[in-house]
Order: sequence, then C-alpha cells, then structure tokens
Amino acid sequence: MKKEVSVEVHNLTATYGGRPVLWDIDFSLPAGQIIGIIGPNGSGKTTLLKAIMGILEPSSGYVKVFDKPLDEVRERVAYVPQRESVDWDFPASVFDVVMMGRYRKSNLLKRTNKADVEIVEKSIEKVGLTEFKNRQISQLSGGQQQRVFIARALAQKADIYLMDEPFVGVDAATESSILSILQEMRKEGKTVLIIHHDLQTVSEYFDYLVLLNTRLVAKGTLQEVLTKENLSNAYGGQLTLLAKVVDIIKKTEFPIREKDVDL
Amino acid sequence: MKIINEMNDLFIILTASLVAINASVLGVFLVLRKMSMMGDAISHSVLPGIVVAYYFSGDRTSPLLLLGATITGVLTAVLIDWLSSKAKIQNDASIGITYTLLFALGMIMISGWFSGNVDIDLDCVLYGDIALINLDKVIVDENLYLGPSAFLIELSATVIVLLFVFFGFRGFKLLAFNEDFGLSLGMNMNRWHFVMMGLVSLVTVVSFEVVGAVLVVGFLIIPAATAHLLTNKLIPMIFWACGLGVIAVIIGFYLAVWLNVSYTGAMVTVSGLLFFTVVLVVVLRKKRLSGEYLH
Repeated sequence: MKKEVSVEVHNLTATYGGRPVLWDIDFSLPAGQIIGIIGPNGSGKTTLLKAIMGILEPSSGYVKVFDKPLDEVRERVAYVPQRESVDWDFPASVFDVVMMGRYRKSNLLKRTNKADVEIVEKSIEKVGLTEFKNRQISQLSGGQQQRVFIARALAQKADIYLMDEPFVGVDAATESSILSILQEMRKEGKTVLIIHHDLQTVSEYFDYLVLLNTRLVAKGTLQEVLTKENLSNAYGGQLTLLAKVVDIIKKTEFPIREKDVDL
Repeated sequence: MKIINEMNDLFIILTASLVAINASVLGVFLVLRKMSMMGDAISHSVLPGIVVAYYFSGDRTSPLLLLGATITGVLTAVLIDWLSSKAKIQNDASIGITYTLLFALGMIMISGWFSGNVDIDLDCVLYGDIALINLDKVIVDENLYLGPSAFLIELSATVIVLLFVFFGFRGFKLLAFNEDFGLSLGMNMNRWHFVMMGLVSLVTVVSFEVVGAVLVVGFLIIPAATAHLLTNKLIPMIFWACGLGVIAVIIGFYLAVWLNVSYTGAMVTVSGLLFFTVVLVVVLRKKRLSGEYLH
C-alpha cells in the first residue's frame, strides 16, 4: 500500500519586500502523524504555513493537500494562527470564537443551527474550558486563550490541522491538554503540522520533522533530522545553540559515537 | 405655527438620530478593527466624487451623487491599502496622504474648474447644517408631508446598513477579529473589507449635508468607543453604541436650543462628555478594585 501524502509543496518561493523568506521549498509530508516544523527565528516557518493555507500568495510554486488544490479541500484543513496575531480585547466569548470554526462559505450569511452548537460545545469540552464557555476572551489566561484557538480548530472537524506556535507561553495544564489532544488526533488518523521553536521538547512532541531555514534543510523522522550536521546547517553560527545540540541528540536516545559528542 | 416648529424640531432630532445609528453601527466595526481614522479619511475624500456627480446631475439629492461619492470612498480605501501593503508606506501616513490629496482636489474643483456650475460651498461640506434640512420637504399627493428629504435619505441608508450588517454579521465579525482565519476558510476577506468601506462612504455622504464631513467622524467613533468600555459582547456593543448616539443627539439638541448654539456641535460635545464620564468611571472602578486587591 502506498503511504498517503497529506501536504505536498512544490518549488515554493515566497518573498517579503523583495527579500526571499522561503526559497525553492519542495517536499511532501506523510498523513496521520504529528509533524513539527522547526528552524531559527525568521526562517520562514509562519510564511510556509500561511502559504500552505492560501493566506499568502507565493511568488512561485504551488501546494497540494491530499493530492488536490487547497480550494477543493478547504473544509478538511483547520488553521490555528499565532495567539498574538489577534486582539483578545475583542468583545466575544469563548463560545463565540469557537463557533467561528463552524463558519463555511456556504453558511456565512446564515444563523447558527443546533448541530453546530453541539459540535462547538464538544470542542470546548475537549480543551477543558466548559466552565469558561461564556467568559469574555480577554478574561482568560494565555494558556486558556490558546486552548480557545485549538477548540475552534477542533470545531472545524478537519483532517489536517496547521498550528502556529501553540506551545508558546502556555502553562503546564494547557501544554498537557494540547498534548493529549494531539495523541487523540493521531489515533484518529489526523495529520497535525505544528510550528515549534523550542528544540528541547522536539523529541517529546513529534513523530516527524521539517527543518527549515529559508531553504529546506532536512525532513524525515527524528533520527534523520536531528543530526549535528543538519542542526548546524539550520542554526549556523548560533554557538550557544550548537552547544545544546548534543543534549538534544542525546535526548532522542539513539547511539552517538564518542567522536561526535566531542565537539 | 407652534405645531410646525415642533414638527421641524422633531425631524431634526429624528434625522440626527438616524445619522447616529448609521454611524454607530459601522463605527463599532471600525473601532474594533483599529481603523477609526479610516472614517475620517473617507468622509473627506468623497468630496471630489460629490462635486463631479453634482456637476453632471445638477441636483444635490440625485442618486448619482450617492453613487459617485460611494465609489470615491471605496477608491480611497483601495488606494490606502495599496500604499500601505504594496508600496510599504506606513498606514497612518497612507491615510493622511490619500485623503488630504483627494480633499484638496475637491477644493480645486469647487473653487476653480466647476465654479459657477456647482452650487456647493465648502462650509456646507465641512460643517453641514442640520437646521436647514426642513427647507427641503418631501410632499406627496400635494398635501401628505413625508418629512424633509434629508430624513428620508438617511432612513434609506439606515435600511441598507442594517440589512448588510444583519446578513453579513459573520463576515464582518471574522474581518474584525481574525482576518487570517477567514482567509484560511477560503473567504474573500478583501470583498468584505470593501463592502464595509462602501457602507462607511455611503453613511458619510448622506450625512455630510446634515452634520458635515468633520463631525460625522465623531458620530462614527465616539459612541462605539464608549460602548466598547461598557460591554464585552459584540451585539450588545452595537446596541449600546446606537443608544448612546441617540441619547447624545437628544440631549445635544435641547442643549443647543437652550444655549442658542450649533446643533451638531452640541450633539458631538455631549457624546464626547458621555465618553469621558464612562472613562472616568471605568478608571476609578479599576483603581478601587486593585485597591481592594492590595488590602
């Protein structure tokens, strides 16, 4: 049986103000796995996610999701933007925001129906915010706000989830809540793409990695990607990080020969 | 005679209340999108559109005038967007450049190119004159008085604005809270943006005769900003904004009669004072709450 492909990116180049942010990215990702997109600041992680999601027009190249152009499979793809990208003082409750996950092109001019309400309440329950359902979103902690965004994505009932830095600035409760949701998603055969910048936790969270620095540095299983060579290629001269590389490789628990450790 | 005067007063209050309702509903979305100055920009830059349309139609109440001005308003929004997103000019600079340029063009048109053919004076555009609306009465069947034409035009704008906001509520909400998420759902968020800018243009154009291009911004922004302090739900915020706008109109009207000053000036002043009262209460309450926290 041929392994199913979730996202295919072909020769993708994106620029910002004339400067390339992504350069000739070309890869395809497996389905049914928790995939981490890692790379240093400014390496184009968010741009890549936005290009896949069609929020941003690439300069060249194209993206396919489940072997189809994005517009044909929009309803199978959910998007969790960076938490800081919105104004949390907006007058809306947890329920209101999660309900946005039920918006479709086809129902945008309509009112909510019962089935939608049920899905929204279940999604809120899954992230453990039922008691805060009617609370205004500015009165939540950072972690709770992040869970609101995750619940909104859950309410989309998608097959693939793209999340931009869901673990940034969250409390321990939120972290474990997100992790258990991820496990459940994997069990259901869903694909999750997560932008992540904390190399220390990479090996705990992900099955598969994409290492990015404007160009694609490496992609594959943890063992394939987390090598000294790949990481120093991606993070370049950041010496403090390089010193940590050994730690990270150790954490993934595969044998390292003595001379590799002896940096 | 007394009855006629009371009727005239009533229509001034009703017309100004409709201005307040139209402006507040849209103002809520402008405030939430942090685009308050967009209202200022559009209300000034519709001037060349008004002049050109007036030149061709020769009638100040022509639908062509509304259309021309609304198109100019949307073009303003397009130009501002283009300057800030493609040419990378800072957004506030883009707004400042675009609307002063268009307003200046309008001034040239009025004072030079079209002078003599166009009976618009700048004072009227800038300040409006709500006291004069009763001169232009709409009477059907020779004796049935429907109201001043400004009132009826304003009423049609209210119907249009409320219909758009009712049916487009989800679209406008996505636009205001999380445009990227709307795009990820495959929605054309640009279209929603320009529909909203079209509505703002329409509302400022129909109001310029009544309250003027300068103070209409007060009607757009002040009640909405006050409402934002009073509630943290979107639909109540819209109702609060409309209510505060209408209250300011009524109090402002009687204040103006009492002090014998400009109606619109008094209305916006009352609106601003209401805003500062609410700000004061909110600040004091926060202080008291944090005080209690410390003890």
